[in-house]
Amino acid sequence: MIDALWGWPPPVLDPAGPYSAKVTTLSWSLFALGLVVTAIVVAALYVAIKGPDRWKAKLGGERAIWLGGVAFPGVVLTGLLIWGLTLTASLTESIRGDEMRIRVTGEMWWFRVQYLDADGSVAMEDANEIHIPVGVPVVLELESADVIHSFWVPHLSGKKDMIPGRRTLLRIEADRAGEFGGVCAEYCGGQHALMGFVTVAHDRQEWNVWLAGRRAGAAQAAASPASASEGASPYPGDADAYPTEAELLEQYDPRAGYRLFMDSGCAACHRIAGSDANGLAGPDLTYVGSRRTLGAGILANNRGTMVGWIGDSQSLKPGNRMPSYDVLTAKELGHIAAFLELQR
Amino acid sequence: MIVMALSACVTLVACKEPVETRREPTNDMKARGLAAIERAGCGSCHKIPGLDWPAGRLGPSLEGFDDVGLIAGALPNRPDVLAAFIRNAPGVKPGSTMPPMPVSASEAEDIAAYLYGIDHD
Repeated sequence: MIDALWGWPPPVLDPAGPYSAKVTTLSWSLFALGLVVTAIVVAALYVAIKGPDRWKAKLGGERAIWLGGVAFPGVVLTGLLIWGLTLTASLTESIRGDEMRIRVTGEMWWFRVQYLDADGSVAMEDANEIHIPVGVPVVLELESADVIHSFWVPHLSGKKDMIPGRRTLLRIEADRAGEFGGVCAEYCGGQHALMGFVTVAHDRQEWNVWLAGRRAGAAQAAASPASASEGASPYPGDADAYPTEAELLEQYDPRAGYRLFMDSGCAACHRIAGSDANGLAGPDLTYVGSRRTLGAGILANNRGTMVGWIGDSQSLKPGNRMPSYDVLTAKELGHIAAFLELQR
Repeated sequence: MIVMALSACVTLVACKEPVETRREPTNDMKARGLAAIERAGCGSCHKIPGLDWPAGRLGPSLEGFDDVGLIAGALPNRPDVLAAFIRNAPGVKPGSTMPPMPVSASEAEDIAAYLYGIDHD
């Protein structure tokens, strides 16, 4: 689970790209200005209580109110508004045409992620994870499928509302590789607090590897839906202590998992490219095995959490659209988890 | 002299510590154990004291683990067995619902220490 908001320095003051750097500049300016205004108010308060009578009279006069109460805030706030909007204007610049484009749709309570071609058609779909190359500005087209959400990766850019029936734009860019947590920043219902995602910034070489992997995975999935490419084992440390892939396959059979996935109704809501599973209501699972998190940025992704989520997602994220599949046996849950792990 | 010292050592080692202190882990171990629990996502299936969320109910609650009988109703209740079970449950107890979990051997020991060390009623 990648935390979006905690840590020191706070992510919003620890920019990892040019757009968030502007937000950080704005934040520090506001803190500094707030400090100056507080100092002025405290000084005026001191004069009003303990100051000499002549100063007190001046402070209570009409002139002081016009100057300190109207002119000063008027000028400062207007200036701040103009400066702030100018500074952050580039975050929401319209599409020029040569940028990388990703459409992100807020849903209760997860993020649909669609990588777009230059002409705006969907090239690849994923969920709750956004992969970007370092040093390249990426335009996000933000939409909502139900209520107002807000897209926020504090390390990479500002907040931007996702509004039903509208498309808003937000630019993000990373100048260092890493994993940056994101959240929904607008209250959107019961599980708003558990609506997160991960943004992964790859350096150039890693990005090419990732992209090639995605393409190979898609081709392989198209050839045989029940087992896409097998990645590195998620189990760390001395490998001997763990069951081998073969032993695991003996216990849990991805092919049985595929049949259960199709027969238990999973495919009605979830799509897996290259298979008969083509549901659109829930997150696309074509690459679920490679995701860092499950349940929209909230749980680690391993066999255990996968079984826990499928079997009992309502205990973990009450009210989410996926029912708890507690009608399946432990073995069947294991089969499905084994199948989904291979979708990468 | 050496023989005496050695035999004293052997006697000391042979002594079992009192029950209350036998499984008292260090604070370090407990902290590492809880961190590993959070990272691996054990809460997806278990309610675990000290962890507000997640508190899954697919598997048994792990409250009061120092008082339970057998591990998963089947295995001797010892920290080393628990650590092995955490890493590879179906390997230790064939047919277990719990899948192998991606934690290292030392993390599994820390988790076991945490689970034994959280409740002394």
